[in-house]
Amino acid sequence: MSGTGYIYKREPLIFELSAPGRRAYSLPSSDVPACDPAEVLPRDQLRREPAALPEVSEVDVVRHFTRLSQRNHGVDIGFYPLGSCTMKYNPKVNEVVAGLDGFANVHPLTPEDLVQGALQLMYEMQTYLCEIGGVDAVTLQPAAGAHGEFTGVSIIKAYLASKGQGHRNKVIIPDSAHGTNPATAVIAGCETVEVKSDARGGVDIESLRAVADENVACLMLTNPNTLGLFDENIHVIADIVHRAGGLLYYDGANANAIMGYARPGDAGFDVVHFNLHKTFSTPHGGGGPGSGPVGVKKELADFLPVPVVGKDGDRYYLDYSLPKTIGRVKSFYGNFGVVVKAYAYIRSMGPEGLKRVAEDAVLAANYLMRKIARDYHLMYDRICKHEFVASGVWQRDRHGVKTLDIAKRLLDHGFHAPTVYFPLIVPEALMIEPTETESRETLDAFAEAMARIAREAEETPEKVTGAPQTTFVKRLDEARAARQPDLAYRGDLPKE
Amino acid sequence: MSDVSYPKDLKYTKSHEWIRVTGDVGRVGLTHYAQDQLGEIVFVELPEVGRELKQGEVFGVVESVKAVSDCYSPASGKVVRVNERLVDSPELVNSDPHGEGWFFELEISDSGELDNLMDADRYDKYQAEEGAH
Repeated sequence: MSGTGYIYKREPLIFELSAPGRRAYSLPSSDVPACDPAEVLPRDQLRREPAALPEVSEVDVVRHFTRLSQRNHGVDIGFYPLGSCTMKYNPKVNEVVAGLDGFANVHPLTPEDLVQGALQLMYEMQTYLCEIGGVDAVTLQPAAGAHGEFTGVSIIKAYLASKGQGHRNKVIIPDSAHGTNPATAVIAGCETVEVKSDARGGVDIESLRAVADENVACLMLTNPNTLGLFDENIHVIADIVHRAGGLLYYDGANANAIMGYARPGDAGFDVVHFNLHKTFSTPHGGGGPGSGPVGVKKELADFLPVPVVGKDGDRYYLDYSLPKTIGRVKSFYGNFGVVVKAYAYIRSMGPEGLKRVAEDAVLAANYLMRKIARDYHLMYDRICKHEFVASGVWQRDRHGVKTLDIAKRLLDHGFHAPTVYFPLIVPEALMIEPTETESRETLDAFAEAMARIAREAEETPEKVTGAPQTTFVKRLDEARAARQPDLAYRGDLPKE
Repeated sequence: MSDVSYPKDLKYTKSHEWIRVTGDVGRVGLTHYAQDQLGEIVFVELPEVGRELKQGEVFGVVESVKAVSDCYSPASGKVVRVNERLVDSPELVNSDPHGEGWFFELEISDSGELDNLMDADRYDKYQAEEGAH
């Protein structure tokens, strides 16, 4: 007996485990006089009745959430080829370093002289990101990639306004871009203009020329893009945008593909964001939070959020003196713990190690792409970078099996599904990013699973369209979940 | 992929909307191809009655389990009626895209613009190519 039979039972909600009066913890009796909340809180802030909180013991809580965690898929459980998300392994040494007392338990308002080590780490992190990105100054404040985008575009707008170019309001975005790019532009008060991709999957140069006018604030570009393809025309693209008086924004979502080999700043980008939770191996998804530092060229450095970390002789300090700053974008100094983990990664890899990361990520993606291309269509059949986009159109047209079915069937093989139906320009898209940390055996096993699913689509399509069969919950009704969301537990459960 | 025949009395856009013209009123919806590409539709944002639209202007969005997409007006004119049933039953766009799943009606202000649109035969070829990547 393995003793894991409980794993196949339905896990009750924590509310269903509740028993009146049960407690997890006995608090010492209060040593200050009790006061009635009704006397000190505004009337409209008072509850009419106590919250219906679950009453459980400590062991109930631990077992409940441990059991749930065992049903989850994470990068520590198995292969997680979620394209564009860069679900690479998170080295445990990062956690050890971030857990050090002086990093984990330091109060953000501690006087500078008592936290010189933490400030040194931040200062050096700014320096490393400048070197990796080919930029001159960095803020560590943004809490995630999209937050970095917003910070970057806000800096661009403030810079343009300072040059008497405040009317520039257009943000050019390729049709292969992440949805966060147009969302960022709109939130920053700009209008978006889409440019088409050309037959090779890059920016269509003629379409770009047609929209690059005196109203352009910037072009937002991910390179390599969401097809996993490097745009070799980047210098031409940069030239067109700069001649029109606009700036170039680098979406760093895919920087792991070029790290150490090409620097966005050298390619003409003026503003760059990094996803520490992708490129620099800090946890994300459920394990976040993220961190999205932004780097800029010299001319834009005065506009960074404050504070940045400065150095005066041997002393590190928080510099609030930037006269043209766009202001804070995050409380205190960003997600400091994440910065510590990314710092640990950069220091343990070193410059040569970071180059190897890019090499291995690209090698793994190309190896897997060639294997998968035996059974699946490639719309852009050329050497890719760190990820590639296959298409399920053959399976759909010949056997009525859709990409969603293929993704669900992968779960039966123990793999996390790739990103599906993105980018939008590839029908039935399967966006696969293996990352550099996977062994050849893992890549082979995944390719074999994909090949088996292709055979099943042909011979026994109902196996694929009926997937998953081996997971705790079967196929979810996504449409009903979105149309009739039922998110609050009210003491009753629907009949199963 | 699909054996749907596109109704002859509709005109079609490259962005996969249709319009059925009756007198000077046009009824607008999404094509079978569009709903098939989007998958199960969970939300439809309709234009407000009285809004003036230009041909090619975004009139609303549809959200499916896969994506959120803009929808473009096939003609210029004033919105006179919207299909309220889509608010509670967006799945009508999937089940009957050229019929019960219509979005809105507008008073066409420039019927000459309709010449820019495709007839059923041309649209059928167009959508077949779009889907054949």
